[in-house]
Amino acid sequence: MQKSTCAGATIFLGKSQHSTTVWQFCSQSSVSGCRTCVAIAGADYCLAAATTRLSTGLNILSRDANFVEKISNHCVILSAGCQADAKALQKHMRARHVMYQHQHNKPMTCQAVAQLLSNTMYYKRFFPYYTETLCAGLDKDGSGLVYSYDAMGSAGVSGYACRGTGESLIQPVLDNQLMAASPLVLPVQPSVSHLPLERALDILKDAFTSAGERDILTGDAVEILILTKEGTRTERMELKKD
Amino acid sequence: MKLAKPLHGTTTLAFIFKKGIIVAADSRATMGSYISSQTVHKILEINNRLLATIAGAACDCQYWGRYLGMQCRLYELDNGKRITVRAASKILSDVCFQYKGMGLSMGMMLAGWDEETGPALYYMDTDAQRSSGKVFSCGSGSLYAYSVLDDGYKWDLEVDEALELARRSIYQATYRDAASGGTVSAYLITPDGWKKMLGSDVGDLHYEYNPTQADLPLE
Repeated sequence: MQKSTCAGATIFLGKSQHSTTVWQFCSQSSVSGCRTCVAIAGADYCLAAATTRLSTGLNILSRDANFVEKISNHCVILSAGCQADAKALQKHMRARHVMYQHQHNKPMTCQAVAQLLSNTMYYKRFFPYYTETLCAGLDKDGSGLVYSYDAMGSAGVSGYACRGTGESLIQPVLDNQLMAASPLVLPVQPSVSHLPLERALDILKDAFTSAGERDILTGDAVEILILTKEGTRTERMELKKD
Repeated sequence: MKLAKPLHGTTTLAFIFKKGIIVAADSRATMGSYISSQTVHKILEINNRLLATIAGAACDCQYWGRYLGMQCRLYELDNGKRITVRAASKILSDVCFQYKGMGLSMGMMLAGWDEETGPALYYMDTDAQRSSGKVFSCGSGSLYAYSVLDDGYKWDLEVDEALELARRSIYQATYRDAASGGTVSAYLITPDGWKKMLGSDVGDLHYEYNPTQADLPLE
């Protein structure tokens, strides 16, 4: 087995028994990047939040790194995982959005960004962007949308989602507070219990505070973007620095 | 971090009977032992005539399902008639053959009602195997589903009997296979196209099938 190091991710290259090149990444914690990001959709808002700690293994590189990319006034992309890949993906998506605007003279809808993101990530199917991504935003009526992806671009639409090392800590809390019936159930029932903005913001902050208590890679601060029809505002909540 | 959401933990089935085709699936996606989603759409609505079930890597199935939808629409525009299930499955199978050995992971069933030849059901996978048949099941829970399905299958089932057979087959698979679960969805395909007929949460279904705990094999 040959071992090479690139962009913080350790990659093992070798030949499988069918003589195709196989590779495998080491655990996420040794790749420098964002640790936890969360998005929550509401009836008339969307919350997008990511921790600002950048770390490689146990070494903290920055306490004020930005992992939320604002694509337009009603769409943001959040990425957990390798910072290099996250930045490359976000920069690419922003460029595509600028090109779209030049061609069509209007911003892309959040649904279109979500679809493009899926295709863009699948384009690197055999050497993926090493990121877990969320796309959060508003539809044309101003109600929230959250799309979640794996590294190769499989997309799912949901009312809320968490990605990164804090996922197994935060996702169950969101399930408990926000989940209603499955969207697949017939007869159709509301699958997300939309909370008022202030209540959702409280849950989001509590979830990050709790994750910070038990996940060594979640800490420092959380950058929260609050998207509404009226505009976007940013809040910053400090977490413990240890 | 696992790179992809594998749907290896999956139970999907489809069968042709007198009144049409039933297509059913669970809705769980796993990353190792972590349940990454309980609400996956494992039955892709390719267009209003064609359904595909997916098992394997979610990203491969979603992307190539989307590609198939595009190719089917282009075929309609080129030829002025709908594509047959046979031709549609060959498009996907050709993709699988082209990428064979490169690590794609898909196990799909394609079902639809052709204008001239009636109901059609094809199974395809990333080994580029492609075969038509009357009864198929795919995924880690497929063995459990097959045992119930084969036992209850008859050509002249009524629609409600067929739906119940599909639901029971998927339910039994979710009961024994830890990687299957969530919601059982079932579709019926007739000459008029497909219609979603069932969506039952497995959690509720368990108590519907087993009002008392005493008779259960696993408790």
